[in-house]
Amino acid sequence: MTTAAVEVRAPALEAKGRVTQAHVLRSEWTKLHSLRSTRWSLLAATVLAIGLPALFAAVTASHWATMSLHERSNRHPLDIALAGVNVAQLAVAVLGVLVITGEYSTGMIRASLTAVPKRLPVLWAKAAVFAAVTFVLMLPAVLLAFWVSQSILSSKHILQTSLSAPGVARSVVDGAVYLVVLGILALAIGAIVRNTAGGIAVFAALFFVIPPLMNVLPSSWNNAISPYLPDAAGRSMFSLNPGVHSLSPGAGAALFVGYAAVAVAIAAVLLVRRDA
Amino acid sequence: MIEATELTKDYGDKRAVDGLSFAVRPGIVTGFLGPNGSGKSTTMRLILGLDAPSGGDVTVNGKHYREHRSPLHEVGALLEARAVHTGRSAYYHLLALAETHGIPKSRVLELIDLVGLREVARQRVGKFSLGMGQRLGLATALLGDPATLVLDEPTNGLDPEGIQWMRKLLKGLAAEGRAVFVSSHLMSEMAQTADHLIVIGRGRLIADTSVDDFVGRASKKAVRVRTPQATKLRDLLLADGVTVTSEAPGVLEVNGLGSEQVGEAAAAHGIVLHELTPLQASLEEAFMALTSEDVEYHAATVKEAA
Repeated sequence: MTTAAVEVRAPALEAKGRVTQAHVLRSEWTKLHSLRSTRWSLLAATVLAIGLPALFAAVTASHWATMSLHERSNRHPLDIALAGVNVAQLAVAVLGVLVITGEYSTGMIRASLTAVPKRLPVLWAKAAVFAAVTFVLMLPAVLLAFWVSQSILSSKHILQTSLSAPGVARSVVDGAVYLVVLGILALAIGAIVRNTAGGIAVFAALFFVIPPLMNVLPSSWNNAISPYLPDAAGRSMFSLNPGVHSLSPGAGAALFVGYAAVAVAIAAVLLVRRDA
Repeated sequence: MIEATELTKDYGDKRAVDGLSFAVRPGIVTGFLGPNGSGKSTTMRLILGLDAPSGGDVTVNGKHYREHRSPLHEVGALLEARAVHTGRSAYYHLLALAETHGIPKSRVLELIDLVGLREVARQRVGKFSLGMGQRLGLATALLGDPATLVLDEPTNGLDPEGIQWMRKLLKGLAAEGRAVFVSSHLMSEMAQTADHLIVIGRGRLIADTSVDDFVGRASKKAVRVRTPQATKLRDLLLADGVTVTSEAPGVLEVNGLGSEQVGEAAAAHGIVLHELTPLQASLEEAFMALTSEDVEYHAATVKEAA
C-alpha cells in the first residue's frame, strides 16, 4: 500500500448524476454478481435442478424391469423432470434471504441507504435483479432437465411424454416460475427479519416444518387448510394433475404470488419506517 | 453546511441525543468531540437520514438528507462501523455505490488511487486491515465529490503516516470550500485538524467554540515553582482559594495564583526562585475537565455492576 506523500487533493468530478431506478438496478446487478456466495448458490441450484432428474431417470430406467405394476403406475415423467426444483428451491431461498440480510450483517445496508435515501428503489431493484437472474438460469435448467430425463428414459422406451402434450409445457415452465416467486418471497422474509439465521429459519418453518405438522390435525382440517399453505400453493402451480385436495395450477399460482406480494409489501413498509 | 436544531433521539427509554443545536459551516474542519457513547455516531446517523429523529430537525445543504435527489454529490459519509460487505472487493463496492448515481467507472479507479488501495482493490474487503477499511471508507465518501463530508472517527486504526495523510486531506477538503464534519473521542487528534469544535457529552451540547477558546476556557490557573525555601514560600502563599501541593522536595505546584503574583510575593520576602512556570492545561485535560461528568460509563459504575 502506498501513500502519496505529496499534497493530497480530492479530484473534482465533472458530470453529476442522480439516483434513478435504472441506476439502482445496475448497482444491484453489480452487487449480486460480485459476491462469491451468490455465484456458488446459483451454480448449486442449476446443477441440482438438472442433475437430480438425470439421476432419478437413470435409477428408474435401470430398475424398471423389477418394478411392480403398481410401482410403475405411480411413476410420472414430470415428477422426475421437476424433481430438481424441490432441491434447487433450498439454494434459491437461502440466496434470496442472503441478498438482503448479507447487507445488514456486514453494515453494507448503511452505505446502500445513504446512496439511495428514499430506500424503496433498493428493495425493488434487489427483487427485480434476483428474479431476473433466477428466471434466466432456472428456465433453461428445467427445460434441460426435462430433455435429459426424457432421453435417459427413452433408452428403455418408458415414461415418454413431450412438451406438446396437454399441460406439460406449462408445468415445466411454471417449475422455473415457482422458483422465481419463491426467491422473491425469501428476499422479502430476509428484509423483514434482517438477520440471516432468522430469515432462513422462517423460510424453513413455512416450507419444511409446518406442512408435515398438518398431518397431526384431523384429516378434514388438514384437507381444508393444507392446500392454502405457501408450500402447497406453490407446488400446485407446476403439478400436472393436482390431487382432489390441491388447488388448480392457476389458483395455486395466484395464491403463491399473493403470499410473495404481501411479504414484499410488509418489507417495503418496514424498510421505509425503521431505523437502518 | 449542516444545521441541527433541538435534535433529539430516543432508543426505547434511553435518550442518545438530547436537544442538540449546532451548525457545521463550509470552508473549515469542524471537530465533533465527545467520550465514547456520548451520541456522536447517533447524531451522524440522524444527519444521514439512517435514523429518524424523535424530535427536532437536521438539514444538509438546506434540505433533509432523504429529500436530496443526488445525495452522494451533496454529502460524503464515512461511518464508524464499516459499512461494507466483507465478501465484495473494494473495486466492486465502490462501483456499486457509484452506479446508483450514474458516476462513471473512471471515477472509481481515480479514488482507489487517491486513497492508495490500487494493489488490493480486487481483494475481498474482509481481508482488509482497519486502516485499509478507513481508506476505502474515505474513497466512498469522496465518490460523488460532495460539498459536505461527514466522517466518523476516520483516523481510527490508521498508522502515524496514515493519520498525517488524513489530516492533510481533511484540511485540503475544507480549503476547497467544503464543510468537513469529523468526529473523534481524542482531543489531541482534533486539536491538530479542526478549526472549530462541537463538544457533546451524554447527547447534550457542552461547547460550540473555536479550538483556542476551548482550551482557554477549560484551562486551570496554576504555577510550578522551584525554590530552596519551599516551606517558607508555601506558608506565604496559602490563602483562601489557593492550594499548594508538592511532588518533590523543593518543587511546589500552586493552584489559584498566577506566575506574577507568585513572583512578586517571593521578591517581597527575599525568597530565591530557581523556576517559575505557568502551567497550561493540556487539551486532553481540558477535554476531561469538561466531559468528566458526562461520561456515560464511569469505571466505578462498571465495578458496581460487576
